[in-house]
Amino acid sequence: MTSVRVEALSAGYGGPPVLNDLDLMVNSGQLVAVLGSSGSGKTTLLRVLAGFLTPTRGTVAFGDRQMSGPGIWVPPEKRRVGIVPQEGALFPHLNVRGNVAFGLQKSDASAERVAEVLAMVSMSDFADARPQELSGGQQQRVALARALAPRPEVLLLDEPFSALDAGLRATLRTEVRELLTTLGTTTIMVTHDQEEALSIADKVAFMRNGQLVQMSKPSTLYQEPTDIETARFVGDSVELRAVYNGGETVDTSLGPIRVRGEIPASARSVIAVLRPEQLVIVDPHAVGSVNTGGGLGSVKAITYHGHDSLVHVTLADGESITVRVPGESVVAPGEHVRVIATGPASVFEPPVE
Amino acid sequence: MTKRSGIRPPRPLIAAAVVSALLAFIPLAYLIVRVVSAGPDKILASLFRARTLETTVTSVGLMVVVVSGCLIIAIPAAALLTRTNLPGRRWWLTALALPLAIPSYVAAYAWIAQFPAMSGFWAAAFILVAVSYPYVLLPVAAALRAADPAIEEVARSLGKSPFEAFKTTTLPQAIPAAAAGSLLVALYVLSDFGAVSLFRVDAFTRVIFASYRASFDRTSAAVLASILVLLALILVFAERKVRGKSLQYRSASGTQRIAVLTQLTARARLLSWGFVAVVIVIAIIVPVTSLFMRLVEGSRRSLDVAELAQATLSSAGAAAAGAVIAVALALPIGLLTARYRSKWSTGTESVAFAGHALPGVVIGLSLVFLTINTVPVLYQTLFTLAFAYAVLFLPKSIGATRTSVAAVPPILEQTARTLGRNPFTAWSQTTLRLSWPGIAAGGLLVLLTAMKELPATLMLRPTGFDTLATELWSRTEIAAYGAAAPYALALIALAAIPSFVLSMAMSRDETKNQDPTPRLDTVSL
Repeated sequence: MTSVRVEALSAGYGGPPVLNDLDLMVNSGQLVAVLGSSGSGKTTLLRVLAGFLTPTRGTVAFGDRQMSGPGIWVPPEKRRVGIVPQEGALFPHLNVRGNVAFGLQKSDASAERVAEVLAMVSMSDFADARPQELSGGQQQRVALARALAPRPEVLLLDEPFSALDAGLRATLRTEVRELLTTLGTTTIMVTHDQEEALSIADKVAFMRNGQLVQMSKPSTLYQEPTDIETARFVGDSVELRAVYNGGETVDTSLGPIRVRGEIPASARSVIAVLRPEQLVIVDPHAVGSVNTGGGLGSVKAITYHGHDSLVHVTLADGESITVRVPGESVVAPGEHVRVIATGPASVFEPPVE
Repeated sequence: MTKRSGIRPPRPLIAAAVVSALLAFIPLAYLIVRVVSAGPDKILASLFRARTLETTVTSVGLMVVVVSGCLIIAIPAAALLTRTNLPGRRWWLTALALPLAIPSYVAAYAWIAQFPAMSGFWAAAFILVAVSYPYVLLPVAAALRAADPAIEEVARSLGKSPFEAFKTTTLPQAIPAAAAGSLLVALYVLSDFGAVSLFRVDAFTRVIFASYRASFDRTSAAVLASILVLLALILVFAERKVRGKSLQYRSASGTQRIAVLTQLTARARLLSWGFVAVVIVIAIIVPVTSLFMRLVEGSRRSLDVAELAQATLSSAGAAAAGAVIAVALALPIGLLTARYRSKWSTGTESVAFAGHALPGVVIGLSLVFLTINTVPVLYQTLFTLAFAYAVLFLPKSIGATRTSVAAVPPILEQTARTLGRNPFTAWSQTTLRLSWPGIAAGGLLVLLTAMKELPATLMLRPTGFDTLATELWSRTEIAAYGAAAPYALALIALAAIPSFVLSMAMSRDETKNQDPTPRLDTVSL
């Protein structure tokens, strides 16, 4: 089992650096998803880890083996990494067996190993098939088997499910997750799909502009994003102007909302960020305790997603918010509603306009 | 993310590419050396001779006339065959592409054999139009077919008549293709040796060849060759610029819709058939008929089959040697340009373009001087001839190598590395393994093209070494038209193979909806 340690890493293609002083620590046996938009440098990070690209600065180590650093650079074939490229990239001139055996020493044992890994990915019946005869999902399974066959210390997945349709993606994701947990292979997966990152990984590393912005458990990343851009990238967010009132709450147009962590003492004006499922819609005419608190507004539009709906509400003071309700919305556009927030909210400095 | 890795190319690859580029550069370099070492007085003297000006005017004039002729034939023909319901249009288009398989000197010989009075500028222009208009026709037809019909439909809905709509929306999309094709034709005319020689037109190639043969007047020949190279370079760079601009306007990606074809009236249909038929008669039927008539008439001497077989073998042998050298030189350059974007790749790539600008007569001349003056052992040897073929057709081989290598995703080679292969093994088991069919096809194209090469072969062949082209040439020079016919037909049969490959490649391009213009490196100059 091997950990991956990246320190002060910079790398690029001759122009401005794509990776800029990046640190990353992946514990042995963990599955870490590297999440970021295109251009964030996540693919470049993968290329550096695989040894396809020489960094300009910094160090990479797998366990206690230094891979690159000052005066050190281990070529890809000596790294014991397995890579599953986008869309598989199977060798088109070899059949499934040939692809999987490619990384194995030719011996009697190699045939057994091929059969073993093909069984792991449920592709035993396809050993003699050509890559062109396989579906997209099957090609990905073979690519995974090919990468796992030589028992790599570190497995790298480059957007492995992005070319598949939604249903297949979810199934294959779950299977791969289970397989990798069983094997205990240290895995780094690159993706731009936040849902994929949150659902599969032990930890998610969020990258922006060639730097690591936040690395945490999926739930922490979602609930306690480190800044407002991260909050927006990781999921739907509700942003409210807020004023720090000295206590553990901030005042917003939805009333006082409990906040997470410490508010910087100097900041009076802040932005409070909530997730749409932290808001509740109530009937403004109902009597009782729910009649107070929250804020009044009118329903602007409804986006229906099947399992839930997003209700877009314009508050009395003009702010726009989004409320998630399970299934179909009971309110209709134009209706007046009261929206109540259940904390806690994350607060950030207002962006400089 | 960039697929072209920013990784520095491996040093051995750079070294090999630079060596290849330098070797390919030898003929041009030596030409420059010759001119410069003659000293300014001699250069100026030959530059300002009346003959230099006359030659330039003749060559440029021929170029302009032939390009105009090609445009006049090719654009209406392309429009008729792609945008109207003219019956049999697919068949007609294929037939109109056939002249690609007729080397200019074969066409010229066929016409002269039938009409011995043909001679001079206009005869040469006539023949050159007849053999080179497909270089404009094919790309324009492809561009018209690829043009998005939605744009023309919008113009119709905005109140334009069918012809107006075509003229203002679709036709402009074919202009880059027509321009690129015209430049190829211009380059063809400039480099052509056979037709201008047979019709006794004093264009550059004929004058250079004559002054080389008559007097070994080196300075004058070298100065003329330099002017010729300069003109050709201008055309090559212009072609590159035009190609860069040739973008297709499509309103949306996705499945291409079929354009609605213009319905021709009965009268228009007859006129169109007449037009296409006249072109086919001139470009194909007359020359081929003439060749067969000469063959049937025979000559005073009966056909020596052994001699024909010997000439074919000699052609093939020299051309095969040239193809092997070309592939070897092209491999590092093609790899470098396909895989790495750097100053090294652009530098060595421009060698390919220099190759386009060297007509056979110039390479022949330069290598004659070079071998006589520095390595006389190599003068008029098979090796020098093969080397000339390699330099002359190197662009074809580089193009084929680059395309085939670029079609192999670099990730395959990289994945092979992570699976334990060293750089060379990873490369040979993935990139080379997957690209060699294309590289070999490029070599075959060089072989077939080199078999028809005439001027460099005439100048560089070992004494007594006769190829199909030189045998045809020596027989036409003494007006032994009947005896020349078998050689001419053999040459057409050979030339038909790369033309067939070219048209297959172009129809493949078309279905992929990619740049439909034939590239310089697919053209048989």
